Amino acid sequence: MNTLGLAWRSLRNRRSTALLTISAIAISVALLLGVEKMRTAAREGFANTVSGVDLIVGARSGQLNLLLYSVFRVGDATANVSWDSYQKIARHPDVAWTIPISLGDSHRGFRVMGTNGNYFEHYRYAGDRRMSFAAGKPFEDLYDAVVGADVARQLGYQLGDPIVIAHGVGNVSFAKHEDKPFRIAGVLAKTGTPIDRTVHVSLEAITAIHLDWQSGARALPGAQISADEARQQDLTPESITAFMVGMESKVMTFTMQRAINDYRQEALMAIIPGVALSQLWNLVGIADTALMIVAAFVVLAGLLGMLTAILTSLNERRREMAILRSLGARPKHIFTLLITEAGILASAGVAAGVALTYAILFAAQPILERRFGIFLQPGGLTGYDAMILGGIIVAALLMGAYPAWRAYRHTLSDGLTIRV
Amino acid sequence: MQADPAKLAIEARDLRYSWPGKPLTIDIPRLDIARGERVFLKGPSGSGKSTLLGLLGGVLTPQSGSVRVLSTDLAPLSGAERDRFRGDNIGFIFQMFNLLPYLGVLENVLLPLQFSAARAARIPHGDQQAEARRLLAAIGLGSEDLLQRPVTELSIGQQQRVAAARALLGSPGIIVADEPTSALDHDSRENFLSLLMSECRAQGSTLLFVSHDTSLGHLFDRTLSLLDINQVRP
Repeated sequence: MNTLGLAWRSLRNRRSTALLTISAIAISVALLLGVEKMRTAAREGFANTVSGVDLIVGARSGQLNLLLYSVFRVGDATANVSWDSYQKIARHPDVAWTIPISLGDSHRGFRVMGTNGNYFEHYRYAGDRRMSFAAGKPFEDLYDAVVGADVARQLGYQLGDPIVIAHGVGNVSFAKHEDKPFRIAGVLAKTGTPIDRTVHVSLEAITAIHLDWQSGARALPGAQISADEARQQDLTPESITAFMVGMESKVMTFTMQRAINDYRQEALMAIIPGVALSQLWNLVGIADTALMIVAAFVVLAGLLGMLTAILTSLNERRREMAILRSLGARPKHIFTLLITEAGILASAGVAAGVALTYAILFAAQPILERRFGIFLQPGGLTGYDAMILGGIIVAALLMGAYPAWRAYRHTLSDGLTIRV
Repeated sequence: MQADPAKLAIEARDLRYSWPGKPLTIDIPRLDIARGERVFLKGPSGSGKSTLLGLLGGVLTPQSGSVRVLSTDLAPLSGAERDRFRGDNIGFIFQMFNLLPYLGVLENVLLPLQFSAARAARIPHGDQQAEARRLLAAIGLGSEDLLQRPVTELSIGQQQRVAAARALLGSPGIIVADEPTSALDHDSRENFLSLLMSECRAQGSTLLFVSHDTSLGHLFDRTLSLLDINQVRP
């Protein structure tokens, strides 16, 4: 039987303490690993929200503000982009396609977004994934709506259901566009992005429902325009909220961005989504760095628990050490024995912690996806995870050196007789 | 008794030792024990028996004087070398609690081989299990049923026999027994002792038996009194 075997048998003899110590380490490791997995998922979820779009253009405000309302449907635009400016940029030879975005209305708490067919064709998320329809198809008729997966699920909508759009973006709105009801023409598949929580209609529809509205209120009965009458009108919008641009050649992106930022006729701003996203992440990332630090301290507490357990056991094990010394065990044997013990406890704790993490991840995955739209891919352990776990074991071995040294001192002062 | 130094198992000269911060415990001008000799060392509690054994075993280092064990001077050896020397050449049996509670009987007996390649090399035919079983049987623990039991379930007498088998395994030159029988009743004592002595004789080991119980002295080649050889008075 080698030292590893001895350490193992000795630990098994003290299995209740050992199991408690291992549990403490396992829980702390699970917390650390869980936080790490969550923050990776959140970061990826962030970065995956929009892709394939080279520029986002809106009225000049802040980079983050534009990103938030155009992509995350959070906050409001301070000003609009005129249709003329939009058309001018959209027709530029370097521009391959544009996706107009018109915001400002809502449906039972979900944002309504006016856009056109380019949206379904060119918008990408999570790398190169494009939207797909769980049911139905893009809007064709003026009063067709396409709803995101969460909208359909939470409100129980199916194809053909009528919906009424409310004016403004409040959760509870009293001003509704009741005279021009929409019909659900399509339900999008789950994307894990804000698309899931959006009701999409055509730009023309946004114009149509506001034809007889003046400064936030509907016109008096005599001046109202019915749903069918609206079809006869020119529904070209005067302005849109923002638009996304796909370039013919990525190389021209910066030139175009500069050109838009310097645009004379109107105060516009163009942002590169990736740059704005990472800036946003830096802001949000502070919170999860804090969480990570907390988790690291919990791991430290777990390891200190182990140290306490080993140190406490030393006194009752002086006899064991003296027996080993009488058999010719050298200090290095005693030292190795105790370091090995710390190593076994930490390794078992880490292994149990990893198992616990995956058990929790697999159990929580559907809930997280449904409730928060976070795609948690449990996946394998990344190199970074392995580095963290290895670091914990190394830390445990270093800590184990202290009781090992204490035990060695004991054996020197005790000699072969055990004074207990 | 004058003996050829090469035939001495233990040879101590002007040995002095005191525990840190305590008065002198050991002051022995001379102690010779011949190889193969079975010596009874008697002395009341507190007369420095355990300290002397620590010095002979190389666990303690004397303040002055020299100890030669099996013709090896312990003084120039490093701590680790003394540990190795002890593991190779001395088998210890203590008063009680000799065994690791979490190992089985055979595992306890085989334990010294993990720390001493020399003792492992001396096992006949290299069959460690067989030799351990043979020693256990010779010392009165032959039943297979006993070998399978956790050592904590054995009686004190049985535990002492396991300890004796462990001390004898791999034929160390010296067996040091520190009050190994004090927890046993009179009949078991003599029985245990005669088995231990015949096994020592069989493998040619020197036996240094320490006890305050003088009734066992007649079984030995020679009886020494620590009060006579140690000039420190308790």
